[in-house]
Amino acid sequence: MSASIERMSQRRRVVMRIAAKDLRIEIRSRIIANQVLPFAGLVLVLFAFALDVESVMNRVAPGLVWLAAVFSLFFLVQRSYALETADGALDALRVSGVDLGAVFLGKALALMVQLFVLVVLLAAGAVLLYRAEIRSEGVVLLVTTVILATAGMSAVGTLYGGLSAGAKGRETLLPLLLTPVVAPVLIAAARATEAALGTAGTATGDGWPWVGLLGTFAVVFGVVGTVAFGPLIEE
Amino acid sequence: MAATSTAAPPGPPSTMARGVTGTRATRILGVLSLLGIAWLCIAGLVLSPPDVVQGESVRIMYVHVPSAWLAYLAFVVTAISSGAYLWPRTRSLTWDRIAGASAEIGVLFMGVTLVSGMLWGRITWGVFWQWDPRLTTTAFLFVTFVGYLAVRGLGGSHHQRARRSAVLGLLAVLEIPLVHFSVVLWRSLHQEASVLNPSGDVTLDGFMLFTLFTGVIVFSLVYVWMLLHRQRVLWLEDHHDDTALDTALAERRRSEES
Repeated sequence: MSASIERMSQRRRVVMRIAAKDLRIEIRSRIIANQVLPFAGLVLVLFAFALDVESVMNRVAPGLVWLAAVFSLFFLVQRSYALETADGALDALRVSGVDLGAVFLGKALALMVQLFVLVVLLAAGAVLLYRAEIRSEGVVLLVTTVILATAGMSAVGTLYGGLSAGAKGRETLLPLLLTPVVAPVLIAAARATEAALGTAGTATGDGWPWVGLLGTFAVVFGVVGTVAFGPLIEE
Repeated sequence: MAATSTAAPPGPPSTMARGVTGTRATRILGVLSLLGIAWLCIAGLVLSPPDVVQGESVRIMYVHVPSAWLAYLAFVVTAISSGAYLWPRTRSLTWDRIAGASAEIGVLFMGVTLVSGMLWGRITWGVFWQWDPRLTTTAFLFVTFVGYLAVRGLGGSHHQRARRSAVLGLLAVLEIPLVHFSVVLWRSLHQEASVLNPSGDVTLDGFMLFTLFTGVIVFSLVYVWMLLHRQRVLWLEDHHDDTALDTALAERRRSEES
């Protein structure tokens, strides 16, 4: 009994160490803050150029924010695994004998923190550029949506990133693999955000079924990722 | 092919050593498939009547429905073979090659399904594409397995390829219900299934239904035939990867000696 508790706490420690490592590297290198974030902001501006009609912008703002988040996810995942494949860091992790499921959760957690910050900033951008308005009764729904959607995207991103890590042509392969899988998150997060903001007269209550879908997605890929990650990157 | 010096890896039958992928059984199967296709053309294009509502366009159904069935069958086979590879007791590259061959055929026929469905949709609905759950999920299934085939082409050792693609093949099984469910929540327009509707009464004319079922059987035969051949070609490719250099070197040395 105490052995299993011991193992649990050790696992948690590995998760936190890995997440802290990834975040520390980001804080010191600022690659995402200096490169991916400006890109995501530019995508918002480009959407405005492409759609052109100001009255439409407010209507489509939730979808555009999440689409920009999906595009950014590709870069975040690439970056997350660029850290591991450089200097054979991933091999070192495998040799160290830590639980690879915990490594998965740690990397997903770090990715989620980064994605969360990115989405919050994108939402702020949407308020500024698209005149989206956040209403007080939708705040709980909005925060829940962002947390669950970023959790799901991070889990699936970390899993598929691990699949293509170290392979030739992975930069172009990852979006192809990831886009179909994150489609449910894009649909659900965009609709739930619309409900939270009351876009086109939607009620806040309409958003909660979508939150259920987002939660299911995050749990399914979190669990599957933890189990499948080890066999996937071993060898 | 003088591959006698290296021990041949375990694989398909002895005819393979000669680089031939056909056996007596597959030849019979091939002939049956050809006859079936010929019959399907006659029945679908000439013998069966035009539909009361849809007119001649209903004939697209004889290709569309069987190829959709075949694609789904192929993807199910890919998923099962992927599981069989990952299960330690049944781990064998044969399962991996069956999964790969089946996915290739599935992608091909899913493409046929999408194109024939679009043509039918243009005539019947007036548009090529409807954003309804069944169509959208099918399109996602198509893209997912295109990605699966891309992962198979990543390189690395045979077992690396097999492991990667087997995990991906099983992930697709998870992904598709989620995509489908989300799109169902999103919207629903597709006409109700007319053969497998819940009330159980079939709403198709007798001979049209017969033609449709013949189509399903003929396409299934074609699938088995293609799967057997393609799986063996993949075996030859793997075998070639493993032994080509050694064989070439041995030949070279022998020619220098003589």
